[in-house]
Order: sequence, then structure tokens, then C-alpha cells
Amino acid sequence: MKLIAAMSGGVDSAVAAARAVESGNEVIGVHLALSKNPKKYRSGARGCCTIEDSHDARRAADRIGIPFYIWDMSEEFHENVVENFLSEYSAGRTPNPCLRCNEKIKFAAVLDRAKAMGFDGVVTGHYAQVKSENGNKTLHRAIDEAKDQSYVLAVLNYEQLNGAIFPLGDTRKEDVRKEAARRGLTVAQKPDSHDICFVPSGDNAGWLRDRLGSEVGPIVDATGKKLGEHHGAYTYTIGQRRGLGISEPTPTGSPRYVLKIEPKSNTVVVGEHEELAISNISGEKLIWCGPTNNSSTTETFRGLAQVRAHGSAYPCSYSVHGENLEVILDSPIFGLATGQAVVIYEDDRVVCSATISRTA
Amino acid sequence: MPRVYFDNAATSPINEVALQALVEQARALGNPSSLHSYGREARRNVEEARERIAPLVECEPSEVIFTGSGTEANNLAIKGIYWHRLSENKKRKVIITSTFDHHAILDPIRWLAESEGAEVIEVPVDSSGYLKLDYLETALENRGSEVSLISVMHSNNEVGTIQPIGEVVHLAKKYEIPVHSDAIQSFGKIPLSFSEIGLFAMTISAHKLGGPIGVGALILKKGFDVTPLLHGGGQERDIRSGTMNAPAIIAFSLAAQAAHRNREKNSIYVSALRESLLDTIKNDIPDAVLHGGPGERLPGILNVRFPNTESDSLLLLFDSEGIACSTGSACTAGVQQASHVLMAMGLSEPEARSSLRFSLSPENSKGDIDYFHTCLKRVIERARAAYRSNA
Repeated sequence: MKLIAAMSGGVDSAVAAARAVESGNEVIGVHLALSKNPKKYRSGARGCCTIEDSHDARRAADRIGIPFYIWDMSEEFHENVVENFLSEYSAGRTPNPCLRCNEKIKFAAVLDRAKAMGFDGVVTGHYAQVKSENGNKTLHRAIDEAKDQSYVLAVLNYEQLNGAIFPLGDTRKEDVRKEAARRGLTVAQKPDSHDICFVPSGDNAGWLRDRLGSEVGPIVDATGKKLGEHHGAYTYTIGQRRGLGISEPTPTGSPRYVLKIEPKSNTVVVGEHEELAISNISGEKLIWCGPTNNSSTTETFRGLAQVRAHGSAYPCSYSVHGENLEVILDSPIFGLATGQAVVIYEDDRVVCSATISRTA
Repeated sequence: MPRVYFDNAATSPINEVALQALVEQARALGNPSSLHSYGREARRNVEEARERIAPLVECEPSEVIFTGSGTEANNLAIKGIYWHRLSENKKRKVIITSTFDHHAILDPIRWLAESEGAEVIEVPVDSSGYLKLDYLETALENRGSEVSLISVMHSNNEVGTIQPIGEVVHLAKKYEIPVHSDAIQSFGKIPLSFSEIGLFAMTISAHKLGGPIGVGALILKKGFDVTPLLHGGGQERDIRSGTMNAPAIIAFSLAAQAAHRNREKNSIYVSALRESLLDTIKNDIPDAVLHGGPGERLPGILNVRFPNTESDSLLLLFDSEGIACSTGSACTAGVQQASHVLMAMGLSEPEARSSLRFSLSPENSKGDIDYFHTCLKRVIERARAAYRSNA
């Protein structure tokens, strides 16, 4: 096959590209320039989007012996990921930009362009497995549970999944590092990237305040009694406990948690831990990650629901209503933010995903 | 797979005689500034190289200041002349250049503006890629006494148009303003006379005409001072410090001599290849648009727009067919920027982003163009599909 290897400059994508070459594919390395001004990020290394990272990617491609190019995806990234991140936060939701980037950039803009240019697919260093079941491609968890990224890939539809190659899903991270060293890739010991790549300081709340303003608003309890003030409701996440700055203790002396964010009135509602409990999750913008389940709305299925990138999967029953998903958890969970994805698994297979729109 | 090199304006194949000299001289021991026999021998070779280059650009050997690159020579000219002229008269804060000069000119000028308070006047060019002399004339009428220098390129590296430098010098004369010209793309390709044009300073470089990378020269009018950039041993007439790169300087002079000797023959040959390449493109891609000219132009540079494509897709696709070309414009962190040259000529950003530069040398052949022909339609079709996929 003719493949584009998306190379961030990290160890995973470098080894993934090397493996794709070794499997007999014709591979071209591409680094995605996602920042409008990567020069600015030279010192703010977050592991994937700085000028130094593009140099690391280039050197890895040299070592592997494949052509290397940089594709400017900064406009697409800004429109689809950064703008979306801001609008979601200002609407009181908590988005996952990595998921959005996979859906709109890596396996959309990049994959589409690659296909148009005569390539068959895109190779990335994600930890997930694509398997063929009865000729159908399905997405599965990586064998390295701690590194598994199937959650952030669950937004890929069937066609996107068909163009995605994840060579690392069957390998543990420490073995990927060893392999990188064995292959002479200088990025073998490069630290993992974390946090959000376009927030180089790592200070999410500060970054949001700079862009959305820091208008003071009330922190209230469920009865509406004002307990304190905040500088921008959107810098809070449901379930958050720290950084509320409320001096008055609860009657029971237990800690307070963010229960609700009301962007219109710029209000943060806090309360006790039990009040965070939810059992019902409604999701919208359903995506079948693999073959479509042509179920009727009355049918209920058993599965596992995962609601955070690095969280547990909870036993549940779910049903599908057109583009909407209804999930009932067997036992309640605490502190779930809207805007995150709910991903349904059957064992280790991803069935579908949806954006959480409502919880109860 | 055949390999075709159409990026000679970026760097060109090294001349065989120059290469041999480079290797031989690299073996020779001796710092040209040393006083003993080793040093004297190295120095003699450097001075012979200087004497070889001087007649090729019609200047005095003592007017040739070797530098480590064309960019260094341009920086020396811009900053050196500006600082010196300002030290003579505090009013001379204005620098005049063109909107489509090379970044090695524009960036030092903009740096002087940002950090030293210089004022920049960028003279626009017309849609064919030639300097608007009437604009320059008016600027000089209004600000002539405040101008420290004028720097306008001899020929444009992206579209190949030859600029009316003689007339720029003529206009500047009335105000006694020194004129510098970046002649890197012209040297060895077209007639170039430093003395006849009446320039104050002129930049040339080795690796665009068959010499090695890492050596250039500033031709600087005798009897005039500029403020040095590099301080140290003062090896090049106290204007440029740093051990003279004897092997590269000697190879430069031999390559320049060869280019000069064959100039007319090469020019006819390369012009014909360029015409043939243009015909091929016009036939296969009828909506392709040629940039630059009509008017005086370099023999080997062809800049073409392929509507509804993006140049980075085109580059990748041509590269995967073994064909090397470029946009000619600058990269920022590996990302091709929309060409400031084409935008100066009035193109929109998407138009500039769908343009490619093919630059030919005497080393290219009709066979190269035939091979290019076999790939062209396929590449453009795929680039257009990729363009639509992002639309």
C-alpha cells in the first residue's frame, strides 16, 4: 500500500512509520504544522507542535529512510479544533480537543488529501488496534491498557477507520521505546506529550480567560445562595473540587464540588459529592466506529461505557435513537461533564461514540 | 525512476573543475593570513581568485570582498552602508528597496527598522514583475536627502525578471545615494558590469553558478567605507573578519570563470529548454498561467501557476516522480509561505500558493522535459483532487 505516516516528532509515530515501511508499504512521512506560528513554540515544548518537534520528525524519517514533508494544517486545525474548543467551553461544556483533531484533521483533512493524492491510508502512532471481522474493520483497545487511545479514536466512522493504520496497538509502550532505540531513532527517550498542544503553558484556565475574558460571576449552592465569586465560569469543570475559594464550610463539613456551569448567567453551582451522581447519559452526534448497528429504537443492548480519555468503562445498557444514544449505567458515577464523549465498548471493541449532551 | 533537477536557482550542480580545485585546496595547508611560506601560498591562490572574479563583473580586484554567503554579503551591504551613512549624517534614516526583493535583503532592512529606527520605503513592482521607477522617482523627490541607501535586486529569483538597475542608479545619482544590488541570480547567466551600471555595492554568490556552497562576495566601490558586521582579524580589508575560506574562494572563481566563458552558449541553450518546458505545460494544462515578463528576463527561470492546486501538494507529487522543483519562496519551520514576490505582483494568496518555480541550468536536457511531460497531467490531476478535498 501507499501510505502517509503522520509524524509528530514523538517516539510512537516514528516507530509506527518504521513498522509500516517494514511491512512492505511505500511510506511518506508528513509532519502536520498545526500552529500558525510554530516558531513561537520553540521553547514551549509540549511534545508535538513546536519547531523542534518537526526537526525530530524529519530526523526520524531520515533514519527510517522515507521522504518527509510538512503539511500546513494550521487553518483547518484552528477552525475545527481551537475554535471548537473555545465555543464549547463558552457554552459550559468540556470538550476533548484530541478527539476532535482525530475526527476532523488526522483522519479527515489529512486522510482525504492523502487519498486524493493517490495514497491508500494514514499511519499514526496511536495505541489502538484495527481488526477485520467478517471482512469488516473494527476498532479495539490496545494491549497496553495504560496507553490505550481507542477512546479518542472512537469518533472515526467506518470509512475513516478503513483508511487508518495503527501499527502499535499490539505493543507495550516500554517495548516501543526499546524498539525505537534499537532502530537508532533519537526520539527513543523523548518524554510523552501531554496536556493540550495549543496551550503551550499548560495553564488551561489562564489560556481560556485570555480569550474568553474573565468576567466575575457568582458561585452558588443548589438553593441559589451566593457562596463566592469566580473569574469565568468556563474555567470550571463539573466534578471539580479544588480552586473554588469558598471560605464558608458546608453544614456537614464535607467538601464542595462543581455541579453545574451556567454560561448564560456566568454562574457556577456547587454542592455535595452525592449530588454529582448520574446514571443516565444522553449522547448526540452518534458515530458508528465500525459496522452500523441497524437496531430499532426499542432494542436495548449491553455494553461498557467510557466517559473519559483515561477512565474506567462502566457496565451499562444502551439504546440508539437515530443520531442519539441513551445510556443507563448499572451503578451511578460521579462528576460527568457534558461535551465529553461517551464511548460504548463490547469487551475491547469500540461500538460507537456520541457527544454527551445531558446527564441525570 | 529518473531524477530531474529543476531547482537550479536554489543551488546548482558543482562545476567539475571547481570541485577538483575545492578538494585539492582543502588538502593544502596554510592560513591565507599567515606570513610564512604556507600562508603566502594560500594567500596567493586567494588573490588570484579575486583577480579572476573582478573582470567577470567588471570591477577592481580590490573591490571584491569575500564573505561566507550571499546572505552575509547582503547583510553587510544593508547594515554596513546604513550605519556608515548614518554616522555621517543623522538624518539619513530612510532605506529604499523593492517590495519583491529577496528575504536576505528585506529582513535585514526590516530588522533595522524595528530595532534601530530606520524608515523603509518599499517601491512596488508592476504585475509583470518590474520595478515602478516613477514611484522611486517621487520617493526620491520627497525624501532624497534622508535616504541612506537604495537596494534593488538585479534580477528576481522567483520570476526571473531583470530590473532596471541602471535607471535606479541614474535616479539616485542626483541625490548622491549609494545603490546596492543583489545580483546573485544574474551573475554568470547574463551580462553584469559593476562599473558600467555605476553601483556602490553588489552581491554575488558561488553556488548558483556551479561553485560551492558557503562562499559569496560583496563587490564594494573602492575608496568607500562601510561599517563591518563581523569584527576580528580584519582579513578582508578590515571590512569582513574570519579566516578566508581559500578552497571555496578558489573554486568559486573557477566556476564563475567557466560560467562566464560559456554564458552566451548556455543562455541560448537554457532559454530554449525553458521555452520547451513552457510549451509542454501550456499544451497539457491550458489554464496554467505564466508569471513574470514579457520584458528582460533570466534564461532559466519559469514561474507558473496551476489554478486549483496547492504548491505543497505539487511539490510532493513531483518529488515522488523524481522531479525537483520549488516555489522559490521562503519556508517558516518547513511550511511553505505564500510568495511575497507573487503577492507583490498583485496575486492573491491562494493564487500565490498554487504557483511553482522551475529553474533550469545547462545540465538539464530535452530528456528531462520529456520525462516531466510523462508525469505532468497525472500530478496536476492529483493535486487538484487534493485541493478539492480540502475545499
